[in-house]
Amino acid sequence: MTIFIPTPLRAYAAGKDAVEVNAATIAGALDELTLEYPDLRKHLFTNEGKVRAFVNIYLNDEDVRYMPAKEATEVSPTDTLSIIPSIAGGCQPRQWTQSRRRIAVAE
Amino acid sequence: MITATLRIELPELTQDDLSRYSRHLILPEVGVEGQRKLKAASVLCVGTGGLGSPLALYLTAAGVGTLGLVDFDVVDASNLQRQIIHSTADIGRSKLDSAEEKLKALNPELKVQKHNTLLSSANALDILKDYDVVADGTDNFPTRYLVNDACVLLGKPNAYGSIFRFEGQASVFATKDGPCYRCLYPEPPPPGLVPSCAEGGVLGILPGLIGVIQATEAIKLILGIGEPLIGRLLLVDALKMRFRELKLCKNPECPVCGAHPTVTQLIDYQQFCGLEAASDVQKAVKNGIPQLSAKDLKRRMDAGENLFILDVREPFEYKIANIGGKLIPQNEVPQRLAEIDRDREIIVQCKSGGRSQRIAEFLKQSGFPNVANLAGGILAWSDEVDPTVPKY
Repeated sequence: MTIFIPTPLRAYAAGKDAVEVNAATIAGALDELTLEYPDLRKHLFTNEGKVRAFVNIYLNDEDVRYMPAKEATEVSPTDTLSIIPSIAGGCQPRQWTQSRRRIAVAE
Repeated sequence: MITATLRIELPELTQDDLSRYSRHLILPEVGVEGQRKLKAASVLCVGTGGLGSPLALYLTAAGVGTLGLVDFDVVDASNLQRQIIHSTADIGRSKLDSAEEKLKALNPELKVQKHNTLLSSANALDILKDYDVVADGTDNFPTRYLVNDACVLLGKPNAYGSIFRFEGQASVFATKDGPCYRCLYPEPPPPGLVPSCAEGGVLGILPGLIGVIQATEAIKLILGIGEPLIGRLLLVDALKMRFRELKLCKNPECPVCGAHPTVTQLIDYQQFCGLEAASDVQKAVKNGIPQLSAKDLKRRMDAGENLFILDVREPFEYKIANIGGKLIPQNEVPQRLAEIDRDREIIVQCKSGGRSQRIAEFLKQSGFPNVANLAGGILAWSDEVDPTVPKY
């Protein structure tokens, strides 16, 4: 199945906008993805292994959070997963400075 | 279908209106009544930049009666690559004044209300309350959440658009039965994860695409026609010119728009997003890293101090302008630490001070004893030390 990688995370997936994986469930597909691209892991998952709250995972056009089985939902080879992070869009605003920046930031 | 608040009496169309809007009047979906609805309507454009430019222009052209504009910034040359409501002659001028002038030239009957302020928890409800539709064209996460929450609390639909590099998103949030921004993104990303366009870049035409989609949604809401993007997230990939759509669900447990809201008034959004508001006084130290001004760097270089200037930008940026630093692009720094002299004071430099601050913190964590950040980057150097150094 295809996993679409959003722009802010492509730096951690060798620049790819889509990755092919073989998996039986959504969780399996994400595990395969982060196995192949370990740098993605910390951007997608918390230390406890949960998908981070500002990242949405969609199976085809449905939000995984609202699926009964959530990440345990079974997938087929023709399904797609989309990772949708929040984007604000625009230039650095003058009134805010940013604290607690981390090195693991997209380029 | 959701309609914006209807005025009890719609204004009549003048003879000029009839000729100006003739192409609307002959559309069954608009007609005279629709045009009167537009004339009666008021839309608040939050931001008059990349998204706000096409948004405000097309709403004006369509005959929206009143536009509110919120901005506090001045026009910069780097804006003109995409903020098409402004022109070269406007550089240095208030964006609100520049925008108002172009909008009234397009349509002198337009009523413009300028809000020359930073939208905040203290003023957002008061500013938004008089408008039928809000179009969020802002550029930062705290304001996104602020506008969303204010729209939900006031019952104002939010024609949302956002962009990053060459991807855009659009939707309509905060209608009575539809999701809000927090239903999609309950939490903001950690500070710094999504670069600003000053660091990440943005395809100039992209806000044009998304801003006009926002304007289209605002008009559909006012007229009560078509299918607004309620419960739908439109994703645009401008490079592939692909449009995709995802379903957005209203979160029954949403703290703002859910059945049992816990956020019933506006909060501290800077704290929510993990940011600090800039104070007027430049901080001398940020996260343990001394901040060096461009002037002080120049002074110390002239004094012959043995400084190691580490430039963490990309090679194409170095070609445009540099101050002779050692170039190691930020993503390569962890692998090339051996090339950075631990025995010297490292001054980390980038374009505007953001990337260099992050790398400076990383170097400190990696055991470099003497690291400082060039505050404001090469842009500050150009402003304060050497104007012949190109700004980009």
